[in-house]
Amino acid sequence: MAVSQSVFGERHSLSLSRRIMTGLKLDAPLLAGLVMICGFGLVVLWSASGQDSGLLMRQLVRLGLAFAVMVALAQVPPKVLRLWSPWLFTAGLALLVVVMFVGDFGKGAQRWLDLGIVRFQPSEIMKLAVPMMAAWYLHDRPLPPRFLELLVLLSLVALPAFLIVQQPDLGTALLVASAGLLVVLLGGLRLRLIVLLGAVGASLAPVLWHFMHDYQRLRVLTFFNPESDPLGAGYHIIQSKIAIGSGGLFGKGWGNGSQAQLEFLPERSTDFIFAVLGEEFGLIGLALLMGSYLFLIGRGLYIALQAQDTYTRLLAGSISLTFFVYVFVNTGMVTGLLPVVGVPLPLISYGGTSMVTLMAGFGILMAINGHRNLLAR
Amino acid sequence: MSMTQLKDHWQEQRMFLGRLLAAAVIIILLAGLLVYRLVDLQVVHFEHFSRLSQGNRVRLEPVPPVRGLLFDRNGQMLADNLPVYQLELVPEQVKDIEGTLAELVALGLVQTDDLPRIRAQIRSQRRFEPTVLRHRLGHEEAARFAVHRPRFPGIDIQARLARQYPLGGSASHVIGYVGAVSEGDLQRLDVANYAGTAQTGRIGAERAWEHLLHGSTGHRQVLVNAQGRKLQELDRHDAVPGRNVYLTIDLALQAAAEEALQGRRGSVVALDPRNGHVLALVSMPGYDPNLFSRGISTAQYRALQNDIDQPLFNRALRGQYPPGSTIKPILALAGLHYGVVHGADTIFCRGWFSLPNHSHRYRDWKKTGHGTVNLKESVAQSCDVYYYRLAVSLGIERMQHFLGLFGLGHPTGIDIPGEQPGLVPSREWKRGAFRQPQDQAWFPGETVITGIGQGYMLATPLQLAQAAAILGNRGQGFRPTLLAGLENPTTGEREDFVPEPLPPLNLSPRHVEEAVDSMVAVMHGPRGTARASARGSQWTIAGKTGTAQVIGIAQGEEYDEDKVDERHRPHALFISFAPAENPRIAVGVLVENGASGSGVAAPIARIVMDHWLSRGTD
Repeated sequence: MAVSQSVFGERHSLSLSRRIMTGLKLDAPLLAGLVMICGFGLVVLWSASGQDSGLLMRQLVRLGLAFAVMVALAQVPPKVLRLWSPWLFTAGLALLVVVMFVGDFGKGAQRWLDLGIVRFQPSEIMKLAVPMMAAWYLHDRPLPPRFLELLVLLSLVALPAFLIVQQPDLGTALLVASAGLLVVLLGGLRLRLIVLLGAVGASLAPVLWHFMHDYQRLRVLTFFNPESDPLGAGYHIIQSKIAIGSGGLFGKGWGNGSQAQLEFLPERSTDFIFAVLGEEFGLIGLALLMGSYLFLIGRGLYIALQAQDTYTRLLAGSISLTFFVYVFVNTGMVTGLLPVVGVPLPLISYGGTSMVTLMAGFGILMAINGHRNLLAR
Repeated sequence: MSMTQLKDHWQEQRMFLGRLLAAAVIIILLAGLLVYRLVDLQVVHFEHFSRLSQGNRVRLEPVPPVRGLLFDRNGQMLADNLPVYQLELVPEQVKDIEGTLAELVALGLVQTDDLPRIRAQIRSQRRFEPTVLRHRLGHEEAARFAVHRPRFPGIDIQARLARQYPLGGSASHVIGYVGAVSEGDLQRLDVANYAGTAQTGRIGAERAWEHLLHGSTGHRQVLVNAQGRKLQELDRHDAVPGRNVYLTIDLALQAAAEEALQGRRGSVVALDPRNGHVLALVSMPGYDPNLFSRGISTAQYRALQNDIDQPLFNRALRGQYPPGSTIKPILALAGLHYGVVHGADTIFCRGWFSLPNHSHRYRDWKKTGHGTVNLKESVAQSCDVYYYRLAVSLGIERMQHFLGLFGLGHPTGIDIPGEQPGLVPSREWKRGAFRQPQDQAWFPGETVITGIGQGYMLATPLQLAQAAAILGNRGQGFRPTLLAGLENPTTGEREDFVPEPLPPLNLSPRHVEEAVDSMVAVMHGPRGTARASARGSQWTIAGKTGTAQVIGIAQGEEYDEDKVDERHRPHALFISFAPAENPRIAVGVLVENGASGSGVAAPIARIVMDHWLSRGTD
């Protein structure tokens, strides 16, 4: 009797939690991966911030907010998202123009908009609005897109990216552009055109160079030869390589990374937190994190594959792949594979707006997954 | 339609699957590349990076340079460096920072007012870097701390050099002061070179020659343990001390001028007309620059700022006053230069002047008039009517140009910062200065009153002295300078600053002598307005008095000194140079609300000139 009751109770609670999950359109594998990465992130941040409890609290509040945004977005049917897409894109574009004129200057770059209560970066909206817009544009057109449609798509991506580069925020512009371009690629861009675009892109590099700010050029130059400026711009890369390398296989232990704790490593709680992780938790810690990331991405791609219309398919694919771009640009930068562009390590770096945008992206993925059955019926 | 769409849909899904697979392959390749890189860093080159990370126990620390000293022209000390005790807190060594601060406040070693600044600094600095709690501890306070030291781990007393101004309030507006390096300063200063510097020049000579006084920062390598504590000094590159700066000021002359002006608000500027050296530059009241170098409290600063006498205001450079009659000799010279008048021409002064077809009477300061006056007497007696007429004949544009030749209406270019340009009005200026079209027109009456240095016209005491110097040196001016020379404190090598001549004015020497003679008549003539101030002088003095109204007096109203509030009395002005034939000093004096140029300002100039000339040729 007692046994059967306990079995019954267990079964009941299991089905209850499952009912909550499906009722809230939450995807258990994605949620598990996110909780694991964010939890690990808080552990690392505690050490990277020099045991700053105030900073940790602020990050917790942000995480809470970001999860709330994710849950809220998961309730929105993808059809509604699709209808919103052009409006969200237009609004984001307008805000980008506004920020050019009245934006606040933070750290020398004009990218913040002060709304009195909160300050936020309109460029963050574009990380989602651009792929949404591109997917909306393609959703009722036969794929692969024709050449003229392609030109429209490219300008839809290039315009916001150009505005964001002006702020100047090369890192965000890169992510916005790749989110949009990934939609185009998934939309069936022909191989010939990919090669052609690659060639055009490469030939545009000198033009881009011309428009870059001095500090951005310096970063590219020091990327190719970090030792040329050991106390200036190359310092970041040198110190972060030392941090990761000296971590070895098992790391120096939590809170024991001399590179991070003695502050040889710059931006240790923000852009370079991956190096702190590598120093204190070693290759094992990094592999665990990379595995978790790949798990999230794999789940996202699976959701994209299961999606039932063009819009959700393209959007889910782009969000998942952009997340990888995010991870790779940051880890590539910290390990010295890529130049230093200001891109935080997703879900782990200290900082506000990008966390909310990322979680919003996962909320959309969950919405696409969770509303699928309803649509099928 | 539905048939083709269905077909498209199916094809599309297949293509999408292909693309996703391609993306997955790329992701795996890139992730593999990253893992390869990590293995390379963390396994293959682990030894190498581990060694480098050990090497990072060596930290580079800045060694601040010793700030250069300030001297007057004779080597008298104006600014010195004094060892002081500084109370510091190292955040990582203090368990309970708030509690410790509260205890220090209770002991009277830290001021409650400073707590917000200290907290902000602790937050913004690295945890092993010391935060300054107090810049200067008195001996008694240092002793009090020493008694309680065991209770305060992580709090320490550090000796350092602080700026000290041995003169106190004397010459404060010349010397200026240093203050704590702020965020704003780091925008304009070389951050690396100021890494260890606590104070930087804020104003006056300290600011003007900051780049010479500061020197360059050295650095030392120290071994730190894993907690960041210093264990051992490994290498040291000494700082290069700043240069000693010699000013052109003569401290004794400066003190004499300050004493002569004591108890009044005003300014005295003495220049050497032969090279532009500023011999004395007084602005009264002054302030004690030590307040600033010690770290002035908000209350003290507010008290200085709200003082009705404005001790922080450098009147010599920044005070702009109507020059009044002091510009008459220059306008007389303008009349001669442009051929508008001749020295012997006379006019009859009946005590007022009217423009043709106008009823408005421009009154002479002497109600009964000066009678028949020529150019020399017009200056000696300061006849206003003569200059009303002269102004009309010259016209405002020529007046503006000519006064500009004597340094009026534009900065003199003195080498300490903050100078105001003064103002010499013109038609063009008025068009730009007013918004309403009816205010933009230039009226003939405005030309008339510019003739006696009233109306819109403004000049600084420095400009008055400069005008006297240029005239005294017969048209050859120099850019006023306070920099006499520099000295390398290590080698003792001295380098003198070469004065910068202004372009010479091509004036007829005969005209210039006539103008100088008219100024001599002010001092030594039988009816000269300042003859009382020249009595018994060993030297021929050339001078000109001025009295500038602060408030307008209505038509027909009498000016009664007793009735007027002290702050509404006219300013007293005086310009002079001596010896008149070959001047070695030119002086400009302004006494705010001094009421009388001849009675108040001229005697001050006499004291200053006597003090300087009685020392013989230098």
